[in-house]
Amino acid sequence: MFRAGVRAELGDAVEVIGEAGSVAEAVATIRTALPDVVLLDVHMPDGGGRAVLEQVRATHPDIRFLALSVSDAAEDVIGLIRGGARGYVTKTIAAGELVDAIRRVAEGDAVFSPRLAGFVLDAFATKNQAPVSDPELDQLTNREREVLRLLARGYAYKEIAKELYISIKTVETHVSNVLRKLQMSNRYELSRWAVDRRIV
Amino acid sequence: MRSPVIDTQSAPSVPRPARPPLRRVRGGRLLTGVARGLAEHLGIRPILVRLGFMLLATPLFEGLGMLLYVALWAVLPSEVGTKPWQDRRQWPVFALLGLGIVFLTVVTGWAGSGMLFGWLAAIVALGAGVIWHQIKPDADWLTTIVGTSGRRSAILRLGGGGALVAIGVIGILAAVVGLTRESIDNVLNSLLFTLIALGGIALVFGPLIYRMYLQLNSEREGRAREAERADIAAMVHDQVLHTLALIQRRSEDPREVARLARGQERALRNWLYKPSAQAADKFGAALEAAAAEVEDTFGITVDTVVVGDRDMDPHVSALVAAAREAMVNAAKHSGVNNISLYAEAEPDLLSVFVRDRGTGFDIDDIATDRHGVRGSILDRMHRHGGTAEVRSTVGEGTEVRLTMPVDSTENINDERNGQ
Repeated sequence: MFRAGVRAELGDAVEVIGEAGSVAEAVATIRTALPDVVLLDVHMPDGGGRAVLEQVRATHPDIRFLALSVSDAAEDVIGLIRGGARGYVTKTIAAGELVDAIRRVAEGDAVFSPRLAGFVLDAFATKNQAPVSDPELDQLTNREREVLRLLARGYAYKEIAKELYISIKTVETHVSNVLRKLQMSNRYELSRWAVDRRIV
Repeated sequence: MRSPVIDTQSAPSVPRPARPPLRRVRGGRLLTGVARGLAEHLGIRPILVRLGFMLLATPLFEGLGMLLYVALWAVLPSEVGTKPWQDRRQWPVFALLGLGIVFLTVVTGWAGSGMLFGWLAAIVALGAGVIWHQIKPDADWLTTIVGTSGRRSAILRLGGGGALVAIGVIGILAAVVGLTRESIDNVLNSLLFTLIALGGIALVFGPLIYRMYLQLNSEREGRAREAERADIAAMVHDQVLHTLALIQRRSEDPREVARLARGQERALRNWLYKPSAQAADKFGAALEAAAAEVEDTFGITVDTVVVGDRDMDPHVSALVAAAREAMVNAAKHSGVNNISLYAEAEPDLLSVFVRDRGTGFDIDDIATDRHGVRGSILDRMHRHGGTAEVRSTVGEGTEVRLTMPVDSTENINDERNGQ
């Protein structure tokens, strides 16, 4: 039902070349259709979206993924991003914004929804809890933090650039760097941070 | 008319932070955290408690301190969540004190029979404590014994606990009766026969008990699954089905349908993904509750992102109230149906941002008698030591920025409240 809804909303702006309802089906469809961008749900029958990511990326590293999920659990979202997704938007996103997000991912950009920016800030805020194995990767620079904060506050790239007196290009660079750090940092249990936080 | 007096009056009614429960602490402990935990519970300095234990451990008190310490260690639950670390600076001093006591005992030969009993009882408590704490480090001894856990730990508990109690009791008996060669032989012989008898019984009844244990286990798992299913069914019935029925009945009113769907989505989301937190005691939960209220009242969506969290106090409540007012203003005047709420709790600063992309306004145009912005947001924040800034551009929208410095320790907070 949801897939039909998305398809209808996307309309003519994007060409939908395949859809799938389970992990195995998705992997097979992606490998034959070779799309530019895959919209990926966190929860799927017979395994998570993470399984799709891992299987496809092993053979087709250049296909880009955008997580589109109704799940708000931070560990799910961070898990998908850690697995290589280029961004995350919630299912309640407006159609126009979704098309825009797909286009940006296709162009190689990262798509941070305010919520994802919040999750990432939270994940990197608990920096004293794990042994730091690579200080370069395991911390955000002040500038990156500022950019993330503005993203979380609902600012668009253009507005962030204006607010911080930098170019949009620089904002994009910061966002890509954050994404890279998120995907490559060796922080222990980054994807499980929320679970830890509940105990404290 | 609202005046600052009301706020200063309400401040002292804040309850003092509750006395921490009696437990072993993990941070800043010297050995096992007993003394520090006791000190925190009683509200005195840890070093006093430690010296007290030392004094009671001297032959003057027949070594009572050691018995007390070990017993407390065995019985008290451990604190959860804190990173364990030991305060090693005081080690040398207390090690020297301990050596002194041992020396005193040996040289004076002062160890009376009481001291011997104390030691034997301490061995029992020590052994039992080792096993209990290994099984479940954060539980107290009673739940560990009564609570059900795996088969292996049950064997450990029975075997280890039994052996230690036996050693202790035999030791005490021997001390009372007097240690002759004959009595020791007697005790050992009866122990041997008891063990053989127990082994025989175990051989006969062991498999039977094991089967019963397996059956019980699978039954318990089945019940747990059943309970979980019943929980979900009840939740779906109470909320989802009712909302769907309402939506069908009101299908001609899109605004109402959207409101119902949004409320239901939020409820389900909280149920599925959020740890339960009361709006009354956490900053993040209170903000989310305020945002939900605004969503329901004005039929708009509030994108809420909260980073970090903190306990509530009067200043934090004021911040939440100001944020709520900012959201209400945005909902009423901006003309858009989506606003962003971002909040971040850092150790010494809370910040909240409420943003809309609506019509915007010119701040200078607001008459001084309008209480919405001035009284509820700016003044309220100033009264509680925070700052508020309203940034608005006509045509581009409005952002309200609220910051509230907070103290990372509860005590300083209390002092400020008392002013």
